Amino acid sequence: MTYAYRLRDTLPFDTPCGPSGLQSARDLMGYVTRGETMPKREDIKKILILGSGPIVIGQAAEFDYSGTQACKALRGAGYRVVLINSNPATIMTDPEIADRTYLEPLSEEFAIKVIERERPDALLPTLGGQTALNLAKGLFESGVLDRYGVELIGANYDAIQKGEDRQLFQQAMAKIGLNTPAGKLVDSLEEAFVFVETIGYPAIIRPSYTLGGSGGGVAYNEADFSRIVRQGLHDSPVHTVLIEQSVLGWKEYELEVMRDHNDTVVIICSIENVDPMGVHTGDSITVAPAQTLSDKEYQRLRDYAIMIIREIGVDTGGSNIQFAVNPHNGEVMVIEMNPRVSRSSALASKATGYPIAKIAALLAVGYHLDELPNDITKETKAAFEPSIDYVVTKLPRFAFEKFVSASDTLGTQMHSVGEVMAIGRTFKESLLKALRSLELDVRSETEGMSVSELESKLYPNPLRLPVMMELLRRGRSAQYLYEKTMVDLWFLAQLREIVQVEQEIRSLPDPTEWNWELWREIKRIGFSDGELARLTGTDDRELRRLRLKRGGAPVYKTVDTCAAEFEAYTPYHYSTYEWEDEVKTTLKERVVILGSGPNRIGQGVEFDYATVHAVWALRDAGFETIMVNSNPETVSTDYDTADRLYFEPLTFEDVLNIVDREKPIGIILQLGGQTPLKLAKALSEAGVPIWGTSAEAIHFAEDRDRFHQLCQELGVPQPRGTTAKSPAEAIDLAREIGYPMMVRPSYVLGGRAMMIVHSEAELEAYLEDVYSQLPERPSILLDEFLADAKEIDVDAISDGETTVVAGLMEHIEAAGIHSGDSACITPPASLGADVIDTIKRYSVLLAQAIGVRGLINIQFIVRGEQVFVIEANPRASRTIPYLSKAIGHPLAKYAALISAGRTLQELGFTETPIPDFYSVKEVVLPFLKFRDLLPVLGPEMRSTGESMGIAKDAYLAYYKAQEGANAPLPTHGNVLLIGEDLQELDREFTSLGFNVTRHPKSGATPEYQLLVDTAGTQELRRALEHGLPYLTSRQAAEWALKAIAAVKEKPLTIASVQELHANQQGSKNRETA
Amino acid sequence: MTLLNKPPAALILEDGTVYYGYAFGYVGTTVGEVVFNTAITGYQEILTDPSYHGQIVTMTYPHIGNYGVSVYDMESNKPFARGFIVREFSRVASNYRSNQGLQSFMEQHKIVGIEGIDTRALTRRLRTGGVVKGVIFHGRVDKALQEALSQKARNHEDIDGRDMTPEVTTSLPYARPTFRNSPRVVLIDFGIKHSIVYKLEQAGAEVIVVPAQTTPAQIMALNPFGLVLSNGPGDPGGPQYAHDTVWQLLGLLPTYGICMGHQLLGLAVGGRTYKLKHGHHGANTPVKNLVTGEVEITSQNHNYAVDVDSIPGHQFEATHINLNDGTLEGMAHLRYPVFSVQYHPEASPGPHDASYLFKRFIEEVNAFEGARAIPAVQGVSRL
Repeated sequence: MTYAYRLRDTLPFDTPCGPSGLQSARDLMGYVTRGETMPKREDIKKILILGSGPIVIGQAAEFDYSGTQACKALRGAGYRVVLINSNPATIMTDPEIADRTYLEPLSEEFAIKVIERERPDALLPTLGGQTALNLAKGLFESGVLDRYGVELIGANYDAIQKGEDRQLFQQAMAKIGLNTPAGKLVDSLEEAFVFVETIGYPAIIRPSYTLGGSGGGVAYNEADFSRIVRQGLHDSPVHTVLIEQSVLGWKEYELEVMRDHNDTVVIICSIENVDPMGVHTGDSITVAPAQTLSDKEYQRLRDYAIMIIREIGVDTGGSNIQFAVNPHNGEVMVIEMNPRVSRSSALASKATGYPIAKIAALLAVGYHLDELPNDITKETKAAFEPSIDYVVTKLPRFAFEKFVSASDTLGTQMHSVGEVMAIGRTFKESLLKALRSLELDVRSETEGMSVSELESKLYPNPLRLPVMMELLRRGRSAQYLYEKTMVDLWFLAQLREIVQVEQEIRSLPDPTEWNWELWREIKRIGFSDGELARLTGTDDRELRRLRLKRGGAPVYKTVDTCAAEFEAYTPYHYSTYEWEDEVKTTLKERVVILGSGPNRIGQGVEFDYATVHAVWALRDAGFETIMVNSNPETVSTDYDTADRLYFEPLTFEDVLNIVDREKPIGIILQLGGQTPLKLAKALSEAGVPIWGTSAEAIHFAEDRDRFHQLCQELGVPQPRGTTAKSPAEAIDLAREIGYPMMVRPSYVLGGRAMMIVHSEAELEAYLEDVYSQLPERPSILLDEFLADAKEIDVDAISDGETTVVAGLMEHIEAAGIHSGDSACITPPASLGADVIDTIKRYSVLLAQAIGVRGLINIQFIVRGEQVFVIEANPRASRTIPYLSKAIGHPLAKYAALISAGRTLQELGFTETPIPDFYSVKEVVLPFLKFRDLLPVLGPEMRSTGESMGIAKDAYLAYYKAQEGANAPLPTHGNVLLIGEDLQELDREFTSLGFNVTRHPKSGATPEYQLLVDTAGTQELRRALEHGLPYLTSRQAAEWALKAIAAVKEKPLTIASVQELHANQQGSKNRETA
Repeated sequence: MTLLNKPPAALILEDGTVYYGYAFGYVGTTVGEVVFNTAITGYQEILTDPSYHGQIVTMTYPHIGNYGVSVYDMESNKPFARGFIVREFSRVASNYRSNQGLQSFMEQHKIVGIEGIDTRALTRRLRTGGVVKGVIFHGRVDKALQEALSQKARNHEDIDGRDMTPEVTTSLPYARPTFRNSPRVVLIDFGIKHSIVYKLEQAGAEVIVVPAQTTPAQIMALNPFGLVLSNGPGDPGGPQYAHDTVWQLLGLLPTYGICMGHQLLGLAVGGRTYKLKHGHHGANTPVKNLVTGEVEITSQNHNYAVDVDSIPGHQFEATHINLNDGTLEGMAHLRYPVFSVQYHPEASPGPHDASYLFKRFIEEVNAFEGARAIPAVQGVSRL
């Protein structure tokens, strides 16, 4: 054994030799806390943020949450923030959120105007979904960003390209040695067969450039393959199809990744899809964290995720990466990556407490993860990976009932319109909480089905989960379900345990004999009192009483990012049945505000807006605010919105538990839409102090007969109407009312099953086809339908003494179209002063008589000088955010303060404001997502979102609203007119320089720039699929015509909301002076 | 057994606190120091990590056992944890890698478990009250039994000051077969995790594992080009012979200390260690590399830490710190290729961010082999 020499012999141990010795502990902490070295970018002063525009399927309220967080964070860091978003229903477009807010279309044309006017230093495109990313890409490609010296921050152009372009992405993955599903573009059947040999069956076929994915499919064998490829080659305008390796049935995972300029990468959350590959993740039941991966497998995905974010080159911020894992051998495929904040990021934020959007925004301006504090623990840093000690389940909420003829099969295209999230200590608990958060009675739907019916519903569809549970109840094995669905056996085992416990509960002695231990074991599985009542054949109120007698109240745990390793300061809680409760209460007076639950058609982000406003107003007024909600896509469920957040189902039991725990002095439920309103009666009976309009008044307005009586007493005219108990009676009574007539079942959910019938034959058809399909047999409401009349929406506010009409919104489309689907304008463009006065007078009378304390929405019909009231809803309506922005008054805040005892006088809101500009609201509709449906409006609401256009000129405002709704009107070219009596339109379009045709030509692509089809022909579907603007009513066509004329004459200018409202205040001051 | 009527069990802490739950695993009674681990995955690696010798581990993640047990995930030949506390133990294991369910694994290795307790409440208790001894008992407990069991916990020997390495180290040295002409490193086994061996081999070393009590002369007789000090259970102040061994070998070989190896290095050069209130046990701790400025997410499992201020000056430089609490996570000698980290670069369970340290070490080993002498380095800029 020889060593040349020993260093130690020649060098005394204590010889100083380094530039520095070991630092002291204080020095070390200095590294952690050195604030002065924060590398925030000082060369940037003003940042442009792009929102995501109107809510559409696949791009919803989650971007309001992320955009709002980003604006707040960047302003907090000292930057000036400019925002463009055409969606008025959002919190982010509130004047207080950004320095300059442009409620303008998210189009290049308007973005250039904003950039020209504001000259921002940087553009942050990663927080407004695909819309923002696409717009930023366009602005980059057209050289606009370069010309105005605007730097793209967050994600650079190359990274966006690599993340979005399928081929570039596959190349990038191949470069780092990761697999993606093999795919090849082919233009012949022969070539397709050669390729499919290499990948095997099943194979996915995607025709190129067919919108809405038509013509594609999954082939399980040669025959299918040959048929689908042939069809695809035929359907594709360029006659090519993409053949892709199928990973159907593989386990699907998502990782949320954050990266900073220093190349620190952390994984915020792993998400496992209960529905395996083949169902869009937005439509899948998902669980956080991943449940069925060993550490070795999880760390491999983590390593891949880090490699991918580095290879794609996302500079900073959050990304979402999806993987497929073969359940039989662990083989991994990279499916896709979103180089931006996504719906899953919002879910991951809510699931872990880690504010992804906020941190992503700060990283984009140079901060490092290890320098930003973790708000929740205060002492630790944002550079860590959250560890959670609970399970989060997300369930999607669908709207197939609104699109009756559409197939309910779920696939690679997203169909859900909203989602719920629930937190429990186990998967079972969180799943059962999530199921009841959905507000759907899925249990009774499946209970009545036969085994063979149930077995036929095991393909991916919205009902699959309850069907699987029902089949387990009927004795089918988990293995059987696994073979049919490929849902991992672990999840199926959990479902089986739930079903087993159900059976055990049935065989238990009477609930009066249950001791606390038994209660706890049952409740911690996740069963609600309602479900237990069903299982034991008792009443849920009685069970509640028994349970509380045994001390069985839930405890509330904290979401803290660190599994209790550090002290948490965030008041973000969920319930469970265990030992220790962590909620810290104060001596302040508390108010509970109920949120709006899952988004659905008819109840969307507008209600989140209203409840968040209530929280802010009451917090400023000195109350401690408590938010309860179950929707992860919202600002209301951000942990710093309210003083305390309970992420809980909005059911009677769960809300009452919170009320018992918090003992608030008031609870506000008039701002969250139907979800909290449904609880009004029960909560009121349970002695909960309901603030604002009383539960009785709310139900009074819903009672048709009492409302009718009231209108008669007040002398407010209504269209003639009556109620029939049976179809036969309906036909008799209809003769008295006369046709056309509005017919609907007595309970109405967003206009479901509502129809206008023009003759007895049509009424009979309705009773036969629609009414007979309804599960129960409700009575039938018949109402005179006033054809060619105008419909007016009114939002008014009352403190009991004074009632102020906040605004009148004139519908563009004639009466008969659901108010949620009509475009409208405020102030009204065509109503005479007398009519306006009449409407205001009636509104005040109704509000006072009903006893409103807060907001009321009233719908009127105007024919000539005649005004009729059709319905009144004493609650916040979906027009509140739009109207608030149009008049510059935060109506939801006023309503909250009124319910706390303030008066309109004190609030300084005593007159109907008359803005000096017009605001038009236009809607967006999800027809493209539902194959073969005609995009025709009717009395059933189907829009998912809205845009707002603001201008001094009413028609320019309409023009902007159309562009904001992604249906920009052409100023020249060809117009196709289909329908009767359109000669006038024909002439006017011609005089504006359009080529007008009256008959559609068959061809691959439509040869027009605008379609007006009042007859509802198939041409509408074609226009929709080709992304061309179409108008389905004569009124809309007339407005479009005038808007096109206006835009040819007058310049399109822009103004920020802040300026508009300041002018508003200014002109008011001048008036009073 | 029905789901609502499971066999009772209880966890009794030395202060008399009782947590009622249900029995799983091996039926019996166990006593040990109660610690918590916040890793979401990796229960098998945790159970079989010898560093948990003498400890009862609480998992903060509520579902444990989901993916079963795999022969490839053993960190040693058997589990070392004394007991296992979980919120809900999974009766079903669903993973293609699984060879065995957690229940039968625990029965086979006589590990007593308790499920169904409020593990979050227990974790908060451990966080605020610090490390505590406890007993898991299967069966119903009455007042008298509670008192007896909490007395049993109190009587249980403290981990502090004890040398636990003889109970976990290999009895005989062994060499891992290698087909490559790799430089040889000696790995002193104070309670080694298999992953350390694998990682060294992967990085390109021939590994000879020797018992903790192997003398410096015996080690040098193996003709190594590097020395690795492994992780291990208990108080690093316990195995005093090891301080001596490390001291004598310091400067002779490129040296790499992991976890307890890091603490032993600190103690060997005259430093001090102290017990953390509740230790670091998890897979999500951010550590900053002070040399590169990079942040790595690390796997951690230690109750003791090296007191930075106690290391004699001008020998070592702090290279890594814990971003959560500023404690020392790594140090390097200013002249010799001698460095150590408090956390677990071999991961298992946990992130692989720090695996570069193995490469760094093997670079030093290769350089040393080439030079046949320890090259003097200036600072620690290459770490």
